[in-house]
Amino acid sequence: MASGNRTTEAAQAGTLVHLPRPAPEPEPLPDPRRSDVDEWGRSEKMRQLARQLYAPLYDNWFRVEWEGLEKIPKEGGALLVANHAAAIPSDAPVIMHGIEEELGRPVYGLADHLFKGMPVIGTMWARAGGVAAHPENAYRLLREQQNLVLVFPEGGKGPGKTYGQRYQLRRFGRGGFVEIAMRAGVPVIPIAVVGAEESMPIVFKVPYVDKMLGLPYVPITANMLLFGPLLGLVAYLPAKFKLRVLDPVHFDVPPDQERYSKSKVMDEAEAIRVDLQEALYEMLRARRSIWFG
Amino acid sequence: MGKRVLVTGLSTFWGGRVAQALERDDSIEMIVGLDTHEPKVQLERTEFVRADQNYSILARIVKATQVDTILHTFLVVDSSRMSGSRMHETNVIGTMNLLAAAGAAESSVRHIVVKSSTLVYGSAMQNPVWFREETPRPSPPRTRVERSLIEVEGYLSDFAEDNPHVVVSLLRFSNVLGTDIVTPISRALQLPVVPCILGFDPLVQFTEEDDVIRSLEFVVQHELPGVYNVAGDGRIPWSETAAICGRRLFPLPPYGTAAAAAPLELLGVVDLPPELLSLLRYGRGVDNRRLKRAGFQYRYTTAGAVQNFAEASRLRSTVGDSRPAYKYESDVENFFRHSPAVVRD
Repeated sequence: MASGNRTTEAAQAGTLVHLPRPAPEPEPLPDPRRSDVDEWGRSEKMRQLARQLYAPLYDNWFRVEWEGLEKIPKEGGALLVANHAAAIPSDAPVIMHGIEEELGRPVYGLADHLFKGMPVIGTMWARAGGVAAHPENAYRLLREQQNLVLVFPEGGKGPGKTYGQRYQLRRFGRGGFVEIAMRAGVPVIPIAVVGAEESMPIVFKVPYVDKMLGLPYVPITANMLLFGPLLGLVAYLPAKFKLRVLDPVHFDVPPDQERYSKSKVMDEAEAIRVDLQEALYEMLRARRSIWFG
Repeated sequence: MGKRVLVTGLSTFWGGRVAQALERDDSIEMIVGLDTHEPKVQLERTEFVRADQNYSILARIVKATQVDTILHTFLVVDSSRMSGSRMHETNVIGTMNLLAAAGAAESSVRHIVVKSSTLVYGSAMQNPVWFREETPRPSPPRTRVERSLIEVEGYLSDFAEDNPHVVVSLLRFSNVLGTDIVTPISRALQLPVVPCILGFDPLVQFTEEDDVIRSLEFVVQHELPGVYNVAGDGRIPWSETAAICGRRLFPLPPYGTAAAAAPLELLGVVDLPPELLSLLRYGRGVDNRRLKRAGFQYRYTTAGAVQNFAEASRLRSTVGDSRPAYKYESDVENFFRHSPAVVRD
């Protein structure tokens, strides 16, 4: 009897618990791709080539210095916002190059739909990670794919500043970027950029012609005055770029809501704008020279 | 009691093939098909009724046969096949007659499945990259086919609201490529050089022919209510699509594209309707996850569909079309279906 009990106990103690086998994942379908262009139109190979070509400009011409890069998460989505400047903006490529080189994470840049409509430039912009600024696109990039997304809340008003208005942040629209980040459940990470304003400063904006051509502005830049009208559109002045990443802003609201309180959204957007403006002033106070930092 | 199914557009590419697929399903008791022309594929047990352009006989047929499912494959989505006004009439009036028959008092219809198209989303500059079923289109439709499809979908949603006892399944299919189907895109991809628009390389999405048939079967069997996008996974650049087909691209000018494409149509080379030119400029993507969540499994991704098409057209150009053309003979079909001499089990 006793020995019988022991063997039963031993048998019970040694028995393995049978876990139900999970349903097997369906086999992935064959996908005979020939290029690495992803669903947004971005190609990592073309980005690598672009980074190789851009590196001399980044390292030696603009001599870009970052502060606070560790605040950008290595995993998970975040909405990067920055001040926008230069008649043909130089800050977007600098930020994307810097983060992709240092952190090894792809960055997608949200920009106006009108890039899609430009031949050649539109395709190059898409292959470099440009995505049209539609809320659906932003939601999918941030919430579902947890990507880093760069957006400039000043919109076209930022680069349209003349030299006299430099570093005075324009209004951040209606705070749409905050709502996008809230709905996607990701933090907003402000980046203060010093140097872009002086890389292609607008001396004068030609009136009437911009409306006629459907452009946001028609600038006369210092580059054009120095290098001529055509070369002045591509040649940047060698301003020293300093970028400071501010603390990520987390919103204490649940994601995926139908609507968010408009007043809360605008308050948060204004708070971020004020922080960014303060950071810019601080960096400008410490800056001794436009060209050497 | 099996399902009793009415298929509209039996002579179209899709109607015939879907009827063939449904015939293999034992849970479907009876299939009757309607069209102005005879079926182009061989059918075993589908009854064919010739109808007029506007399907006015449909109400009588529904009443007489007591069908519980209507599968509407008759919507014209290829605007190169017929004139704009005829297409509009076929789509709109045909659907209105169908809905009138289905919604009549005492009607036995409990399920309507409609084969629509992602053309309802359009290809405009302001479009998002991915359209979910409920995403609204940012700009109004500019082409005739889009307008007629949107009107038809409007009638369907009104019908669904007014008749809660009828399950309405609306499937929006992206551009289709496959072994047999001929569309303006498939013809463009079989030219020695494939047209594109200079400076644009949009991302496009395709569904494979077989996945179309299987998805229609799936929806009929499972009676899924609502709207579903049907498209293969992934979007690929148009240049890559041409590369998989082994073709080079030839560019049309980015401004005045329609004017440049007109000579191609006149010469009979390839027809590039305005919605296709928009597609070649901006592309289109639809989110296909809702149907996948309902249990449907695709067999081809977008790239897989293009490769399958490329292989099939390579085979066809080498050995020609191996199957003999089918001709429908009504006396023979009647004999097989109704003659007492045929042994039935």
